Amino acid sequence: MARVVVDVMPKPEILDPQGQAIAGALRRLGFAGVGSVRQGKHFELDVDDAVDDETLHKIAETVLANPVIEDWTVRRA
Amino acid sequence: MRMTAGIGVITFPGSLDDGDAARAVRRAGADAVPLWHADADLRGVHAVVVPGGFSYGDYLRCGAIASFAPVMGAVIDAARRGMPVLGICNGFQILCEAGLLPGALVRNAGLHFVCRDQRLRVEAADTAWTSDYDTGAEIVVPLKSGEGRYVASASVLAELEDQRRVVFRYLGDNPNGAAAAIAGICSADRRVVGLMPHPEHAVDPLTGPSADGVPLFTSVLAALTATAT
Repeated sequence: MARVVVDVMPKPEILDPQGQAIAGALRRLGFAGVGSVRQGKHFELDVDDAVDDETLHKIAETVLANPVIEDWTVRRA
Repeated sequence: MRMTAGIGVITFPGSLDDGDAARAVRRAGADAVPLWHADADLRGVHAVVVPGGFSYGDYLRCGAIASFAPVMGAVIDAARRGMPVLGICNGFQILCEAGLLPGALVRNAGLHFVCRDQRLRVEAADTAWTSDYDTGAEIVVPLKSGEGRYVASASVLAELEDQRRVVFRYLGDNPNGAAAAIAGICSADRRVVGLMPHPEHAVDPLTGPSADGVPLFTSVLAALTATAT
């Protein structure tokens, strides 16, 4: 088995109000110097060694991320 | 013997508004046929309503898991052959995730869950679900969603406007930051319509703000009759 990590982030042009709310909370708490925050998702998959990269990218593109609004990266940990 | 049109209403785990959708269908004079998410069987219906709620707990993304449900495979095949499909709220999210409608619904700008009676303008009365409205008509139906902000690429938005596929637009303050105040859109063949507000909650002034939602459910009957002849 291999550990595969897929990170999914909202596209830069998509407004991320959750990230904005977190950034606002950090300012209120007195953490200086944090410009902006964007919130995404982190997936860890345990997959058989036989699963190839093409399949992993298909999993990310068709299920884990919505290409209309999100970018993603796939890496073997 | 004249056959009554059968309109399917899907129930997913976490659907909330399948009951009201079925009631709206019956109020329009059609048979409401319950469809189950796990059955790839449309039971001979002539059109399908994908109702609101929180299918599969909104896990992953709103509507994402539901878009892969067995029943949706059958709905996608039927829609590609021209069967009318209406997606309301979570149903709209599901139709976007399934690729039957372009774009996506994301978290409301300002993060508030919006629950209010919403004014809308009917922008296109030539779809399978809106022919009983007049273009430009103003209606009031409930809006209740936390992830109702419609987004799409600039090219998709331009295409929707050029092809007059924006079917409903929010009037007054934009409630969720939707692009171009878009509340609902249709497919290129104008048979698949999705909208965030809830016309099925506005079919009787006794229980809703108006009866402005009824024409969606009567329009589709006219569309089915036109197809049959």
